[in-house]
Amino acid sequence: MISRSGTSVVRHVRTQLRIKSGSSASQPALARLLSSLAVLEQKGGKLNNGSLGAVTAAKKLGGSVTAFVAGGNIIEVAEAASKVSGIEKVVSVDNAAYEKQLPENYAPLLVENIKKGGYTHIIMGHTAFGKSLMPRVAALLDVQQISDITGIENEHTFVRPIYAGNAIATVESSDNIKIITIRGTAFAPAEAEGGSASIEDGSDPKADSTTEWVSENLAKSDRPDLATAGKIVSGGRGLKSKEEFDGIMLPLADALGAAVGASRAAVDSGYADNSLQVGQTGKVVAPQLYLCAGISGAIQHLAGMKDSKVIAAINKDADAPIFQVADVGLVGDLFDKVPELTEKLGKQ
Amino acid sequence: MSSLRILVPVKRVIDYAVKPRVNSSQTAIQTAGVKHSMNPFDELSIEESVRIREKKRYVHGVDEIVAWTCGPTKSLDVLRTAMAMGADRGVHVEVQEGQEVEPLGIAKLLKQVVDRENINLILLGKQSIDSDASQTGPMLAGLLGWSQATQASKITFEADGKGVLVEKEVDGGTETVRGTLPMIVTTDLRLNEPRYASLPNIMKAKKKKVEKLAVGETGVELSGRLKMKKVVEPPPRQGGGKVEDVDGMIAKLKELGAI
Repeated sequence: MISRSGTSVVRHVRTQLRIKSGSSASQPALARLLSSLAVLEQKGGKLNNGSLGAVTAAKKLGGSVTAFVAGGNIIEVAEAASKVSGIEKVVSVDNAAYEKQLPENYAPLLVENIKKGGYTHIIMGHTAFGKSLMPRVAALLDVQQISDITGIENEHTFVRPIYAGNAIATVESSDNIKIITIRGTAFAPAEAEGGSASIEDGSDPKADSTTEWVSENLAKSDRPDLATAGKIVSGGRGLKSKEEFDGIMLPLADALGAAVGASRAAVDSGYADNSLQVGQTGKVVAPQLYLCAGISGAIQHLAGMKDSKVIAAINKDADAPIFQVADVGLVGDLFDKVPELTEKLGKQ
Repeated sequence: MSSLRILVPVKRVIDYAVKPRVNSSQTAIQTAGVKHSMNPFDELSIEESVRIREKKRYVHGVDEIVAWTCGPTKSLDVLRTAMAMGADRGVHVEVQEGQEVEPLGIAKLLKQVVDRENINLILLGKQSIDSDASQTGPMLAGLLGWSQATQASKITFEADGKGVLVEKEVDGGTETVRGTLPMIVTTDLRLNEPRYASLPNIMKAKKKKVEKLAVGETGVELSGRLKMKKVVEPPPRQGGGKVEDVDGMIAKLKELGAI
């Protein structure tokens, strides 16, 4: 016991000494060594502002922040990125081959630019593209990626949820290059204005892609985007049919100016589109208000919404687990309560 | 062109319905005495492989479906389940209880199997529900230099025996890409509805062959890159109690500044 506490005291003193002696000299040196590359997403010549959370995470690390964009006619996207607050330099690669974000050629492209730029941290959103691209990049660099982080302790140590958010792990990486995807809701997008970064052409290895893009089928909606919405109304199995889902949840969403989400049960039953699924295997959201009806609150669903500021729930089962996390719970039949709520909100 | 030789990696994880608990020393999740089962996304991979064979969806047919796992002795259970669902045989890379091999290590181990077994299609789950990393599939594709399609909700083979059309779940909808064999596909929940293994098939699966390998025999150097410093429970949310009616709900939401 004595010897153990003895060592810990020594360690403690050493740490103190290191901080004292190093605080003035080594901190700026460290910051100079650290350089992050934020990989930004674009679509059809438009910068995806949701991807600017990567810039925020890079800024938290300290050190220089470079942004990376690639695609056909990339100049507009690069210019938009250059205005983002906190970015020193934008590396852009103009080649239509990268327009469809295929990991087979985008990964070698990124690897070449990472090697050329000597970045220590590569950061991207844990989006569909981030999830398909970054592990491929990590494997090519022989690095163990750190996925979906929600916090940064220091340049080696990161916080991420595991087990559907039922546990929070702190992990330390020993890799020289850190490949990181971030949880969008944990890092607000950087300001799109106020920056004045230089734009520079990146290198283009022109690798072939063994897959080709064929088509897409995107759900069109005038409502706010689910991933970034300030308010979300979400429906579950309790809605009983697609007609009821549309007839009951959509007016409520419009009354609140909210995005629409759904539980897996609602999606599997065909009440709502797959892209609206909130949960461990769908989208992770953290709006100001998450108002759900007919959702019991399975752990897989809670994984996707329990960081919301305010959770409100309407469910006829008073024992539904959703009430254990809801700030405001109303026990009642959603077919009565939701239309009443919609009407009363509309009058305000 | 040759027939399909499909590799399906599966993982034994804590059952999806169990609420995981952090151990008292805050170093890991308690696993002892907790119900485990096959990672749900891996069930989809097995099911899809078996359907490709049963429905004769590939012009040159399916030669073999190999289920693979890396884990402690008990992981044999999930291999047996995979074989009861229709996989032909199993490969088990055995590690010590409690040893978690990182996705990069798993991808390297899988690369060895692919080379050795002449595999040309790999179906993996899009993520395991314990570590939630979503990495192994694309990492393996990177190591092999193969086509990849992640989060598949539909897989179609073209008549030429080379092209594979995969509908992927992406943010905002779906996207279809055309890859060529050999290829890696990761499965999303919408891909299919996995079957239950019937009792006769469970009995038959007991006779199917499982090759057991120690990590040392694979020739792969596994070095952990991530050190788990701490595992904690997330801050608990306080249910704020219930309101009587819709007016009460609106009043409370206003009070909380949510509307």
